[in-house]
Amino acid sequence: MKIRKRTFGLLLYFLFLLLPLYWMANCSFQTTEDILTKGSWFPDDFTVRNYKHIFMSGAWRSSFVNSLTYVLINVVLVILAAVPAAYAFSRWRFRGDKHLFFWLLTNRMAPGAIFMVPMFQLYSNLKLFDTPFAVALAHCLFNLPLAIWILEGFISGIPKELDETAFIDGLSFAAFFRKVFLPLVRPGIGVAAFFCFLFSWTELLLARTLTGIGTKPIVVTLTRSQGAEGWDWGVLTAAGVLTMLPGVIMVYFIRNYIAKGFAMGRV
Amino acid sequence: MKNRAWLFLVPALVLVSLSAFIPLMAVVNYSLHVLVPGSIPKYVALENYAEVLGDPFFCGAVKRQFCFTFQVLLIEIPLGLLVALCLPSKGKGLTFCLVLLGIPLLIPWNVVGMVWRVFTRADLGVVPAMFARIGYDYRPVEHAVDAWWTTVVMDVWHWVPLVVLLCFAGLQTIPDAYYQAARIDGASPWATFRYVTLPRLRYVLIIAVLLRTMDSFNIYSEPYVLTGGGPGNTTNFMSIYTSSQAIGGFNMGYGAALSVVYMFLVVMLCYVLYTLMLNIGKGAEPA
Repeated sequence: MKIRKRTFGLLLYFLFLLLPLYWMANCSFQTTEDILTKGSWFPDDFTVRNYKHIFMSGAWRSSFVNSLTYVLINVVLVILAAVPAAYAFSRWRFRGDKHLFFWLLTNRMAPGAIFMVPMFQLYSNLKLFDTPFAVALAHCLFNLPLAIWILEGFISGIPKELDETAFIDGLSFAAFFRKVFLPLVRPGIGVAAFFCFLFSWTELLLARTLTGIGTKPIVVTLTRSQGAEGWDWGVLTAAGVLTMLPGVIMVYFIRNYIAKGFAMGRV
Repeated sequence: MKNRAWLFLVPALVLVSLSAFIPLMAVVNYSLHVLVPGSIPKYVALENYAEVLGDPFFCGAVKRQFCFTFQVLLIEIPLGLLVALCLPSKGKGLTFCLVLLGIPLLIPWNVVGMVWRVFTRADLGVVPAMFARIGYDYRPVEHAVDAWWTTVVMDVWHWVPLVVLLCFAGLQTIPDAYYQAARIDGASPWATFRYVTLPRLRYVLIIAVLLRTMDSFNIYSEPYVLTGGGPGNTTNFMSIYTSSQAIGGFNMGYGAALSVVYMFLVVMLCYVLYTLMLNIGKGAEPA
């Protein structure tokens, strides 16, 4: 009886979770006129016209690639910087380490809206504007503190004695890092990378400010397909469905990491 | 040893200075000036700040923001915990649930706004029709109350999965032996939850609360697309107001001062919550 109640609750929750998504997918297979006039639960005149429109137009395709480019650069940058930093915070005590850690975290709390103008000026001066690096760097604002935070927890979950044993056994620091340490924190890196991907892929404000014509990301293209006769809801919803796909694929691949990875350490 | 620690921090510090520290200093610098396009910046010390504190729109946005954050936390944390407790513990069902939970998290934020706009607008969506059937006149474009709770429900929809994932991960770390011991002692399900599960979830819950506080304070794209801050100012949150002032406003220095006050509020709130939560759980933590 108890199990049935649980399943029922879960079903209810997933219904709530999927209903808006279903509605969008439903709309994406209809023409805009049908969406505005009929509003039925199933597409009456099933059409893939909207998807065709997206795949035919170069703007959509290139902005999709643009987005993926800066997201991947961001994830790589963040992980490369966060792993040693998290190691330092977790293994060594040094003057002001607690304060530095909290200060790093405060950057996670910084609202992106306030950085738009100064970032634009800074990256323009560095000649980074309209390259994927501008957005990739800007997204470090919220991703780097989060990654350090997550990884610090993971690394603290690995006993310190392990490091010492490795050094006594005569491993150099570099060898220890590569052969012993990295394989152990791999789930942590997976989880951190997942979150970086998540927040970088979904962010709009900085991505919009820091990109020009050459690097327009998908989230921006999505907000700009207002035709002469108003929003083209059919195409917009189809594009919305397409932006969800990389996320779904990503989740599918790291599903085991989510369960196991989180479970290690104290997160 | 100490020097090595700093060496390890160099890459992170370079990234932080490029993405956070230098821009932040620039904002602080702006906030001390009157910056009107086309004229020379004028140093005015703290005048912009004095103006911010007397700005009724800003105070309204702050009040709304706190209200929103607390409502969202009150719903999302317990609901997330509840769903995490209901999840199957292993197998195909679990994988399926996890993938489903990941979907809302990985949708770009403006698309989240769009999903809900398509879902709830009278000309596009199905929600008004559903409410009409039970005799409620649902109009999120005109009615402040409808717009407000549509935004709250959207945020719950969007972020409960994150809380679920975090709580689920926390639950995985509790050894089965604890539950067996509780069962042998004859503890009721509620007592097991209260004295075994909850204390063990402390760290995870702290992270969930802090992340949700930070992010709900920074909420921008979703309400911007869903309601555009309206009707009137009823869903005009702090970030929407700040960015409208920082970019569209007459005096950019004023927008910058708003930003600094805004960031100060977020950091203070997170600090208070963090200290509070660390102290609340302390007594209950087993060993």
